[in-house]
Amino acid sequence: MASRDEIISTVKEFLSEEFEVDKSTIEPEANLQETLDLDSLDYVDLVVVIEENFGFKVTGEDFVGVVTFNDFYALVEKKLAEK
Amino acid sequence: MENRVVITGIGIYSCLGENLSEVKDSLYKGRSGIIYDAPRKDMGFRSALTGMVKDPDLKPFLTRRQRMGMHQPAMYAYMSTKEAVENAGLDIDQLSQSETGVIFGNDSTAGSIMETVDKLRVKNDTTLLGSGAIFQNMNCSVNMNISTIFKLKGINFTISAACASGSHSIGMGYLLIKQGLQERVICGGAQEINATAMGSFDGLSVFSDMEDNPTKASRPFDKDRNGLVPGGGAATLILESYESAVKRGAPILGELMGYGFSSNGDHLSNPNLDGQHRSLNMALKQANVKPSDIDYVSAHATSTPVGDSIEAQAIHDILGSKVGVSSTKSMTGHECWMAGASEVVYSMLMMENDFIAPNINFENPDEISAKINIIAETKEQKIDTFLSNSFGFGGTNSSLIVKKIK
Repeated sequence: MASRDEIISTVKEFLSEEFEVDKSTIEPEANLQETLDLDSLDYVDLVVVIEENFGFKVTGEDFVGVVTFNDFYALVEKKLAEK
Repeated sequence: MENRVVITGIGIYSCLGENLSEVKDSLYKGRSGIIYDAPRKDMGFRSALTGMVKDPDLKPFLTRRQRMGMHQPAMYAYMSTKEAVENAGLDIDQLSQSETGVIFGNDSTAGSIMETVDKLRVKNDTTLLGSGAIFQNMNCSVNMNISTIFKLKGINFTISAACASGSHSIGMGYLLIKQGLQERVICGGAQEINATAMGSFDGLSVFSDMEDNPTKASRPFDKDRNGLVPGGGAATLILESYESAVKRGAPILGELMGYGFSSNGDHLSNPNLDGQHRSLNMALKQANVKPSDIDYVSAHATSTPVGDSIEAQAIHDILGSKVGVSSTKSMTGHECWMAGASEVVYSMLMMENDFIAPNINFENPDEISAKINIIAETKEQKIDTFLSNSFGFGGTNSSLIVKKIK
């Protein structure tokens, strides 16, 4: 299973590319929605890039409580462990 | 009181060039934009010939969110519309604060639909199709994207009228401004270039198979023509009331004088002389001009044996044998949904620069094309008034008349 550092590295790579933000803005305690400037349509694309990079599909329910990038990394870890 | 309707901006993205300057140069030099596209042969195409444009890089101009809902028709239309808006001396602030609408001609989004369906078959999950697919796949994709990007507040719908879509879009914009319902309408036509969009058309065996010599394959009115060549891109015109144009000191490139239209009420694909007669006559009547006032006819002629003959006969019957006629499809191929708009843009460039672009590859007339004055070589000539024909599947016909304002 991927380590937290590997997850962070992978996530930074695909989120910065997909949402066209500088990697340096993706800080652990930064707000995910604000940093990536996500609207309701962008969340669909977030689901797509997560599936492309980690092979699992997240749902709206999975995102309840996900505010910061750290929350997001924890979600990825949990989902990878369930695979 | 009816408004006069003028054209204050034009823009083009076609196989003849990616802007007005490049396209004017190609038109003057009689340069063909047709190539042999080898992958079409692997897909089972009878003819791999096509006009070709590249997908533009929109990243320097648009945000990710703005680009997500765009596939080829909208991407090309953004490029031509951006140029037309600049050409008209407008910007997004002015557009958003005025009564400006958009009516674009488009009749397919096959490429994006194919990509979506392919992905669905692999993923078996609709969310994984992403957020952009629906906006790319709808036929009004161009309208949705242009109206949101340019923050338009007026009329907003798409014209689907086969190969007359672009022409009818201009006609509808004209009617709305003439009646005082809109101050300004962005009109145009877009045509996707991908092979997926043209497979079923190729299947009718109406494409030229002169694959050994791509630039010679599209030869409207020539005795040895044996079919059309598909093409694509987008063209945009800014239509505006004369009053609005004068008030803001806009460049007035021409006045739209008449819009004639008709339906054949006949065969699904075969053209019809009576339908074309009625479209031409209606345009002349609307414009209140005599046939002898027309200096140039931009013919619909696509290089098919039957279609070109019927149009040549119609031009002869209504406009006579003297007026200069050419089909720019000899260089561009048939730009289908875009053609009715692009050919008005091409004619505007000719009118502005005092020349008639050649009907290249017109080497020998047939019995009917010999009756009209087809311009085979670039001709230096002043054009005060031109007429542009567009005819589409289902028997939809459109004729537009534009006059220079002196």
